[in-house]
Parts: sequence; C-alpha cells; structure tokens
Amino acid sequence: MDLISAERLESMSSMEKIRLILGKVKRGNIVVLELGLTPEEEVKLIEMTMTEIRLDEFSGIEIESYPVKNESTFINKILGKSGIKTRMTVIGPANQLRTVEKDKYQISTKVSVGD
Amino acid sequence: MSVIRSLKMNFAVWIKWIFGKKRARIGIYGPPNAGKTTLANRIVRDWSGMETGGISHIPHETRRALRTDGVVINANGSTVELDIVDTPGMATKIDFREFMAYGLEEEEAKRRAKEATEGVIEAIKWLEDLDGILLVMDSTEDPYTQVNVTVVGNMEARKLPLLIVANKMDLPRAAPSRIKAAFPQHPLVTISALEGSNIDDLYVAIARHFG
Repeated sequence: MDLISAERLESMSSMEKIRLILGKVKRGNIVVLELGLTPEEEVKLIEMTMTEIRLDEFSGIEIESYPVKNESTFINKILGKSGIKTRMTVIGPANQLRTVEKDKYQISTKVSVGD
Repeated sequence: MSVIRSLKMNFAVWIKWIFGKKRARIGIYGPPNAGKTTLANRIVRDWSGMETGGISHIPHETRRALRTDGVVINANGSTVELDIVDTPGMATKIDFREFMAYGLEEEEAKRRAKEATEGVIEAIKWLEDLDGILLVMDSTEDPYTQVNVTVVGNMEARKLPLLIVANKMDLPRAAPSRIKAAFPQHPLVTISALEGSNIDDLYVAIARHFG
C-alpha cells in the first residue's frame, strides 16, 4: 500500500497523477491519496482506466472518496481560483479492493491479498 | 480559436435571450442497471411516441450513447425542448466474467466487456457537450457509489444543472431518503420509470430546471 502525501500530489500535473496511480494499481498496489483528485481528474482516471482494461489481466479499479467540498469565497472568485477541496481517496485493483460499506462518515473496504 | 468559440457562445446566449427559446441538451447518466434507458424510453415515448433503446437485466445493455433530438415537454405551464442523450452506464471496472454469470458465452461476454469499456469512455466524452444532467440512481442501492460522487462533482465543477432521479420506487427495498441524505444540495425526484409512477413530477422538475 502506498500513501501519497499532499505535498507530492500538489507538485504533479493531472496526467502525472493519473499515470502514477494507474501504474501502481496495475502492479497490484493500493494507493491512498492524502488529498484526492478533482472531479475532472477522477473522470479522466476512469477514462484512462477503461483504455487500460485487459480481459484476463486488469479489470479496472475500485476508487472511493467523499464528495468534494466547494468552499469558494468572494476573493477566490475575483482571483479566478477554484474553491473545490478534494478529499482523501483510496484506489486499488478491482480484483483486490472491494468496498464493504460507505456512508457520510466512513468508508469500509476489504482487501484481498494474492488474488 | 478560443476567442471565436467564446464569441459563438455569447451569440448563442443572445439569440436564446432575444427569442426566449428554451432548448437544452441533457444527458441521462448513472451506474449500469439504474434504469437510464427505461427512463429515456419513458420520456421519449410520452412526448414523441418513439423509443430510444433496448433494455435488459444484464448490465451494460446500452453501450453506445443514444441521442433523441427535439423532445418537447410541456409541464406546469412551462415548455422546454430537449435533446436527450441516453448514455452507457458509468463504471470503474468491467470484468467479462460478471457477464458470464448472467448466462452469456465467454466470447459474447468478452465482446460485451470490450464494448462496455468504449461505452464508458463515450459517456465521459459527452459530459463536455451537455447543458445539464439527469443522474439516475437505483433507490434500492447504496447512493455513495464512486460513479455518483464523480458525476455530481463534475456537474458542480462545471456549474451545470443536475437533477437526481431516484428510480425504482416500486421495489420494496427502495429508500430514496438515503439518496437525499447523500446529496442534499441537489433537487431529487422519486419515480418508477418502469411503471411511470410520479413521472409527472419529474416532467415539472425538468421544465423548471432545464427550461
């Protein structure tokens, strides 16, 4: 399992993040992002995942996060900055990580080893 | 190039303002088997007498986006003309073995899986070309799926209108209150697309939000 810090994520472009995540997940790692992905990055990750699916090798990802928080302020609007706050996210191979339960406050997952 | 595109967009807004034309292109989104095509068929049949696509209990039955233009909805004194895009089910994983559990032969299951991955990409691409979304959720399922979270997040980031449709209210385990609790910031209409229950409430909400 790899826990990736907010500092590292903030220094990376969207495509670098997606490549890093998919590379690790395809090797069987589970990735925890201290700061998650933006909605646009999440949808790009799903799109890239679809292109990487191979019938007998890689069936996709399990990804779990909470809805982003939108904290746009008047100053942010003037400066053209997004007020979206991304949140901790866990991503893993679909055949190894399974969400058991998820609600407003907690995500419970089951990890299979050696599948 | 972006300046020209911006001018074209401003021109389109002005035309709409001058002539009061209420036309919107909306996408029907959601996870596989939430009832998107059943809903699309219901809307299009009710207002134009046609059908859009086939339905099945096997996930990913719709693997190509199906577009129906010029569906005029009159509800509660408002009229809106919609171009409706019924999109393939969004998913983060597709395993052909899951289709075999529904009785499909291996070759057929693999073909469906391949087409389903392309369908998800197509659904994502359509996000760029829409004026709003009907996000269809299965009221009997957990609403906190990543597909729901991601679609809601994208609509909020793009500042586009979103109407949540809590479908399958005809089933005993339906609990639309869970969906409302998960996404309280968005309007929600509870329906059964299969039986047509509450469908008039949905048309009123569509006319209000997309008109």
